[in-house]
Amino acid sequence: MNHLQNDADASPSGNKALLTLAAALLAIPVVALLWVGSYAKVEPTVAGFPFFIWYQFLWVFLCAACTWAAYCVVRIARPSRKEVRR
Amino acid sequence: MNTGIDYFALAVLVGLFLLVTVMGFWASNWRRGEHLASLDEWGLGGRSFGTWVTWFLLGGDLYTAYTFVAVPAAMFALGSVAGFFAVPYTIILYPIIFVYMARLWSVSYRHGYITSADFVRGRYGSKELSLAIAITGILATMPYIALQLVGIQAVLEVVGLGGSGGIANVLPLIIAFGLLAAYTHAAGLRAPAVIAFVKDTLIYLVIIVAILYLPGKVGGWAHVFAAAQAKMNAVNPATGKPIGVFIPSAQAYWAYATLALGSAMALFMYPHSVTATLSSRSRNTIRRNATILPAYSFVLGLLALLGWVAIAAGTKPIGLDGHPNAQLVIPQLFKDFFPGWFAGVAFAAVAIGALVPAAIMSIAASNTFTRNIYREWLKPDASHSDEARISKIVALMVKAFALVFVLTLDKQNAINFQLLGGIWILQTFPAVVFGLYTRWFHRWGLLAGWAGGMFYGTMAAYNVVNPATGNHFAGSVSVIPVVGELGYIALTAFAVNALIAAVVTVILDIARVPRGHDETVKADYFADEGDPRVERPLETMNAG
Repeated sequence: MNHLQNDADASPSGNKALLTLAAALLAIPVVALLWVGSYAKVEPTVAGFPFFIWYQFLWVFLCAACTWAAYCVVRIARPSRKEVRR
Repeated sequence: MNTGIDYFALAVLVGLFLLVTVMGFWASNWRRGEHLASLDEWGLGGRSFGTWVTWFLLGGDLYTAYTFVAVPAAMFALGSVAGFFAVPYTIILYPIIFVYMARLWSVSYRHGYITSADFVRGRYGSKELSLAIAITGILATMPYIALQLVGIQAVLEVVGLGGSGGIANVLPLIIAFGLLAAYTHAAGLRAPAVIAFVKDTLIYLVIIVAILYLPGKVGGWAHVFAAAQAKMNAVNPATGKPIGVFIPSAQAYWAYATLALGSAMALFMYPHSVTATLSSRSRNTIRRNATILPAYSFVLGLLALLGWVAIAAGTKPIGLDGHPNAQLVIPQLFKDFFPGWFAGVAFAAVAIGALVPAAIMSIAASNTFTRNIYREWLKPDASHSDEARISKIVALMVKAFALVFVLTLDKQNAINFQLLGGIWILQTFPAVVFGLYTRWFHRWGLLAGWAGGMFYGTMAAYNVVNPATGNHFAGSVSVIPVVGELGYIALTAFAVNALIAAVVTVILDIARVPRGHDETVKADYFADEGDPRVERPLETMNAG
């Protein structure tokens, strides 16, 4: 094993299970919104808004939550080099 | 109808415009670095922006004035497939860029890359592939800059300026762009970073006020949606088909989904998105931003709905030339319903909204020219100060070209080219994003794939013909081969591109064609702020 080469030419080790969880969190909003058939309808309306419209607005918030959760998980799974040094 | 000049609106517009001009010039002293004469400083703001500055900068950069004019215009004229797809597009955008932009930031920070073509050069050791990426980036960006001017023109026209020819009518546009060019020349990326604060504040203010006030004025949301449904389902006498789409039917699912996905994948391939990302201070800045940038997507969605509010309001977007022009629908709606001074604020939001992306796009295009064409092919021994000097000149030329383009050619040309630009820019995705993860693809395979995707995409777009007018480039969806559904041409071309790249890679590897030198190592893709191995060009300045 070449020590120096190993340090530069390897990915920093990460917690595989947590990274998979982060990937799943990121995939949820993408799958939900690309599955157009699940939301291309008028009913149920909310305050006059067709389902098609308010459901997509709702995903703005759900997606931000998923992305934020993925960010937290990634930080735990693979701390940055700076944080390791401290 | 437009009758005469609205002086109240004009006064507010001019006042806010002067404010950002002063801020633009002041920006050259904001967080000034020690070595101004380099692309790192002029073109990337010293790679110093934290989470909030980056949020304003990226928000001001990605959500362009043209978007603010074109999305509601598409909703007004054609309905949800043409317009509202912008909402899922700008939502799924963020999980997608979360995955790979941090890697691009890290490897660029580690090696001092300024453009994505720089990265491709270092990763594959291929000048030719890098040139293809650079040219695609510049070609896709130029019409986008021109369209920012179309955004300003739409506002000026509703205020009562421009449109009917003569130097007095084009003068406001020339002055606006001249000032923009001057402070961008002086301050580089710092100018749009400072102006973005004003732009984003105005946009939020105007859209929130409009969305709270206008629907009540035209009979409530239920009436708005009923009016939109009635208009979209009415039959267009020229084609015998419905005018537009209220809510996509099963035949349009693929189109809606592929437009959203393809656009989301393409957006961060544009040089101006890369520039704004690389200007951030640390690896995680872009990831934190992926969680807070959707705030802009929410506003964009509200703005899209204003296109339908305009249907209920019976807005008549008629240009100074007397012809209907859907692009004017939002400015006209504001002029009809708001007092002059608030309409002026709204117009300023659009006009200033055009300046931020126009500045960043011209900086990004000129950085790409300087790094990947000038230094690579014309003057390999260019110093850092040479690079900064060339970039500043090219940025001026890019803006001048955009101005001439808009003033001399039909606007439709800019719109057609921008449509093509979106298709073209996605063809750089395999070389850049696949390259961030794997060296499996051969450099010539990627180049062949790029060429194939460009050719297929351009031909497919040309073959979309408007049945009423017979014009080519009439839309961005066509039938996907094999699948048989309508889909976004850019994404189909991307599939063609990736397939060719993979097949050619296998063939070239069997033939043992050399793969080129890779100057990056795995750890580079995880480097963060303060990495001890970083090659900062500024610390070795005497190289030039």
